Amino acid sequence: MPPRAIVAGHGEFAAGLISAVQQITGRGAQLVPVAVQKLSVTDIEALLRAKMMEAGVHVIFTDLQAGSCTMASRRILRGMDDAVLVAGANLPTLLDFVFADAKTPTDAARHAAERGRAAISVHGAGA
Amino acid sequence: MTLVLYRIDDRLIHGQVVVGWGQPLDLEFIVLVDDTVAASDWEQELYRMGVPPEMEVYFHTVADAIAALPKYQGDKRPGLLLTGDIPTMQKLVEARSIPTVNVGGIHSKPGRTQRMRYVFLTQEEAQELRAIAAKGAVVTAQDVPGARPVSLDDMISGEAL
Repeated sequence: MPPRAIVAGHGEFAAGLISAVQQITGRGAQLVPVAVQKLSVTDIEALLRAKMMEAGVHVIFTDLQAGSCTMASRRILRGMDDAVLVAGANLPTLLDFVFADAKTPTDAARHAAERGRAAISVHGAGA
Repeated sequence: MTLVLYRIDDRLIHGQVVVGWGQPLDLEFIVLVDDTVAASDWEQELYRMGVPPEMEVYFHTVADAIAALPKYQGDKRPGLLLTGDIPTMQKLVEARSIPTVNVGGIHSKPGRTQRMRYVFLTQEEAQELRAIAAKGAVVTAQDVPGARPVSLDDMISGEAL
């Protein structure tokens, strides 16, 4: 299956999550990792834009609402009606996304965001 | 409290600022000084969405910030002042008393030389930092609170790379 989304974030967030997706599902190739260390905001935006064009994808997953990748992605998505950014993505989000290949990538991303949000639970210590 | 950190960071509001410094310093407000952002409602909304709801963000042009700085320095809440480049901070330092300047992130672009993992400077920018120090501000590089502050001399010489 060709790439369907970009994953971008701090440090090795993207490579680490995609490695986990590949280990669990064998479907890691649907996700393109982007690391942005040492880059300015302008260069992050240019890199993400180039990766989206190169892979032909309209979905971006990022790690943190306040992160540079999220900021850059929001600038890229401005005026793009057919693109989706999911900020705060986690492993359950990406697992749901790679299995939702019957949906359009943008619909799959929206569904995956809900799944990722619901997948957080707390156990023990009176929780 | 007052402004507890004056930071130069070309990514402006991002994870290191909001989470890395914001949580240990209990920051309640950020003063973002940038002429471009101050002129754009869309950019301001973008940065507001990056901070938790309990944290205020105030946007100023350089000229406005010079006038407003005493008010923020007298604020009872802990706050952080942020510029995206060295010349903006230099203008503030030349106009007002600023005790310390934190270089948090100046990233690679043509003409700059790498001095630290997260600091790239042209010769002119290095001189601008020295001019800031000459006005009495203690200039150090430190990306996150747990890192060792690096002196201006070591930053410019690349000793800490």
